[in-house]
Amino acid sequence: MTEITFTINGTPRTLDVPPMKRLLDVLREDLHLTGTKEGCGEGECGACAVLLDGNLVNSCLVPALQVNGSRLCTIEGVSTEGRLHPIQQCFLERGGAQCGICTPGMILATHHLLDKHPSPTLEQIQEGLAGNLCRCTGYMRIFESVQEAAKLGTS
Amino acid sequence: MRSDVAQFNLSAPPSLDAVLAQLAAEPGKHTPIAGGTELMVALNTGRLTQHSLVSIHQLKELRFIRAEQDAIHIGSGATFTDIRRSAEIAADLPLLIESASWTGTIANQNRATLGGNICNASPAADTPPALLAYGASITLISASATAGKIATRTLPYTEFHLAYKKTVLRPEELVHSVSVPRNFSGYRQYIRKVGTRNALAISKIALAALAKLDGDALADIRLGAASLTDRPVRCSAAEAALLGKSVGPKAMDATVRAARAALASETHTIDDIRSTAKYRSAVAGNLLEEFLRSLAV
Repeated sequence: MTEITFTINGTPRTLDVPPMKRLLDVLREDLHLTGTKEGCGEGECGACAVLLDGNLVNSCLVPALQVNGSRLCTIEGVSTEGRLHPIQQCFLERGGAQCGICTPGMILATHHLLDKHPSPTLEQIQEGLAGNLCRCTGYMRIFESVQEAAKLGTS
Repeated sequence: MRSDVAQFNLSAPPSLDAVLAQLAAEPGKHTPIAGGTELMVALNTGRLTQHSLVSIHQLKELRFIRAEQDAIHIGSGATFTDIRRSAEIAADLPLLIESASWTGTIANQNRATLGGNICNASPAADTPPALLAYGASITLISASATAGKIATRTLPYTEFHLAYKKTVLRPEELVHSVSVPRNFSGYRQYIRKVGTRNALAISKIALAALAKLDGDALADIRLGAASLTDRPVRCSAAEAALLGKSVGPKAMDATVRAARAALASETHTIDDIRSTAKYRSAVAGNLLEEFLRSLAV
């Protein structure tokens, strides 16, 4: 076990964990933040995506020790004071979420995309979300949700 | 079947010197891990055989992109995102930018490093064809017997890959950087990957090509390929067959025929889950032909 300290959704935390434990499992099992989902476990589906020091990463591929000293944001940290973030609101209103498994990763990937490209082209949206697989809504409504969020100038 | 993480150890020494000292103290015992986009997949699927790992992702000494007059030096810890954001690389080494964009997704590119891509040594890796075509060299480092010094050796990147997933890297060594010559003004540059789809597909075949023309003759030609053999390769037989040949309208067909024959002679393609040797061989010839015909003068 190794002691690691990091900031999660604005709150500093210190934990004793096996150093190779996946960040995904630290979030879900140690911190009970189950908004982050496991899909493929191979870094291909993006269901486990979180922001690590502001960068989108797949938490199933990050060993716990490598987040020591970092700042993390999960889907639980996107809304503020019980109010949905405008990106979440757009996904809700535009039908960008259906079963919900891919949605946390989609929202964080959108967050990362709009940080870099506040007015993304469709191609930039497609590339930004290429690592997030959805098996029910399909992608058109998701792209529309992102375009709507971009229009609101939110990120 | 997922591995039991309690069976694995990971340390994160704060400095490059400390990592090199750890590798040198027990050669072969500790496996370096950078962004984890390869080794963590192995862990998750129960295939990770190395039980003691040493993180190098925190080493600022390895994460740099330094442009000098003749070459761009890329630290092994530079991520694919770092590479894609480099204005100097974009200006002079577009094939490297293109190949970096093929790798994984944004989330993977934010973690995966150039050094990891090279050391994982997959024959299908995305960046090697461009690095081979550009004539890159690679610098390897290890702890030196002299305190406070680091031992260094630099070799042409063509000498790095020995066989399937085998490289010249010794257990106590790390890749420090890759140096890529940058003066290719007057060269025509080409790169293409053929995979199952655009995003998130490992290549069935990839070809990077550079050519300089003198009139209608090929004054210089460099070809780097992935998935053509058991390792990333420079296609030296095809290069030799093409050097000095004309790409003028009358000679083009003969030049293409000679090039395809030479490429086939050095192609030891493999059947695997992604494609067949026959398909790979045919498509490699098609890519080379596409490049040559694009040079038509």
